Amino acid sequence: MTPIRKIFIANRGEIAVRIIKTARLMGIETVIGVSEADRDSLGARLADKAICLGPAPSAQSYLNVDLILHAALATGCDAIHPGYGFLSENRALAQGCLDYDLIFIGPTPDNLDAVGDKLTARTHAIASLVPIVPGDTIDTAEDAQAIADRIGFPLLIKAVAGGGGKGMRRVDHPHELSQSITLAMAEATASFGDGRVYVERLVEQGRHIEVQIISDGDTILHAHERECSLQRRYQKVVEEAPAPNLDPLLRDQIHAAALQFARHIGYVSLGTVEFLVDVKRGEFYFLEMNARVQVEHPVTEEITGLDLIQLQINIAQGIDLKLSQSDITVTGHAIECRINAEDSDNNFMPSPGRITTAWFPPMAGLRIDTHVQSNSMIVPNYDSMIAKMIVHRPTRDAAITTLARQLATCRLDGITTNIPLHQRIMTWDAFQSARFDTNSLQRFLDSAETRT
Amino acid sequence: MTSLSRDEINYILELVQKSDFDELKLEMGDLKLALSKTGGTAPAATPTPAGDVVTPATAAPTTPKAPISSDAGTAVPAPLLGTFYHAPKPGADPFVQVGDVITETSIIGIIEVMKLMNQVQSGVAGTVVEITAPNGELVEHGQTLIRVQP
Repeated sequence: MTPIRKIFIANRGEIAVRIIKTARLMGIETVIGVSEADRDSLGARLADKAICLGPAPSAQSYLNVDLILHAALATGCDAIHPGYGFLSENRALAQGCLDYDLIFIGPTPDNLDAVGDKLTARTHAIASLVPIVPGDTIDTAEDAQAIADRIGFPLLIKAVAGGGGKGMRRVDHPHELSQSITLAMAEATASFGDGRVYVERLVEQGRHIEVQIISDGDTILHAHERECSLQRRYQKVVEEAPAPNLDPLLRDQIHAAALQFARHIGYVSLGTVEFLVDVKRGEFYFLEMNARVQVEHPVTEEITGLDLIQLQINIAQGIDLKLSQSDITVTGHAIECRINAEDSDNNFMPSPGRITTAWFPPMAGLRIDTHVQSNSMIVPNYDSMIAKMIVHRPTRDAAITTLARQLATCRLDGITTNIPLHQRIMTWDAFQSARFDTNSLQRFLDSAETRT
Repeated sequence: MTSLSRDEINYILELVQKSDFDELKLEMGDLKLALSKTGGTAPAATPTPAGDVVTPATAAPTTPKAPISSDAGTAVPAPLLGTFYHAPKPGADPFVQVGDVITETSIIGIIEVMKLMNQVQSGVAGTVVEITAPNGELVEHGQTLIRVQP
């Protein structure tokens, strides 16, 4: 494969800036496709060339495959980096790159198919002997009884056609099962026109733990795990690596399962296998695989010393990994806070606008991945993340201390941010003692609301 | 009832002239005043029903830099990113040439995006004064394709 000389960046925000950083280190030119709203963004100013794809709405700019392919080809790029979100896991873009001799800096179209929808991914998990949440589809209340005998209570009944929490029903006791199934089926028929339901184990206390995969197709490695349980409405708020308070044996099993899944689907590139860890049972289940670089990749980079974007680019241009598993070791602890332009004291209302002053005072172990500077405009068209505050220190406690200091000292004037929320998290005992699950942050927010 | 005297208008014109701004839009009660250094691009001011205000349409073009230069006229922007073609096919006559009188619906060129041809309408009626974007080259969204003197 020919070496990459010019990358087209089909993304915006901090990840565009992050890609430019590594491209510059590697001596690769960059062209960024931006929307009208991002003409003046930091990414547009840092790239060797910026070209306007279309108006601010993503559908007419960042999500238009043809515009991006055309712009990449016409500007003489030999590769496209899709970043995360937008078209990063879009099969049409990956296939379009293949068709027009562009290098897609990501996995193959077949890889995207394998993990693109949850049901297919689940089938691959079963085939690769990676554990999934125990459960099955049912036709009758008797079927449900048989499953309940096998997996125990509490249970969750889900509508097959449902999604986003709709059509879900919790069952705590055996005697409620039959009636709940009948009700759930009736509800599913009424809501979705499809009465099929699915019964699975309800994980009451779950942790979201994910494993970073790096694969050139032959050498498949993991770069350890990240703990991402602190979420609000399925959006991660704080991530860290390595996962604290995780049984070493369980940790090894999770790493092995992630490798097993990636190997089974012939995965190539950077990817992340997500698991739900059942705290009470000490078991873990496959959730999904993300076939892209993740927002929270910096915590992995900090503890391993790897440049994941560089590895991703090198894999894409056909350079074999020169690493072995024993080369990837963990040093210290890293935590990332996602700083969003939203009002955490007012129902997380987005607060776009102009940042008058942006200042992140230097501190040992601090890394700020951002696209904002003083006088930057936060446009309302896209997600509200404006910076990732990452701290890498020898211990978790030291990392929390530095983050708390940074949060208290930094300045992001002109807009409202969720910095006050992060400050509360840093002093929250459940966070400090690393005893939290995927429901903890919501409970913490609810209790804070009742207090005020 | 708000109104401006001729002297006041002259004073505002002088301020705009000396400033770095190309346009000024002023609204005071029911009075609306729009001034533009380049002329023509800013919408003409709406005279108030009272009619005792100076029509700025006559005031606006007082400071043209170069009346009929290649900068003159209204820019027709590319409605989308793609490769701009002057003619329907190689060797054929271009859709428009400098000096042509066109209407708002006249086709001025084609923008190709991944082999899909999109006809571009002028959107402005007048005389073509410049073909700004070269034939067969990439244009970005919003880039000036041609200029038309209305």
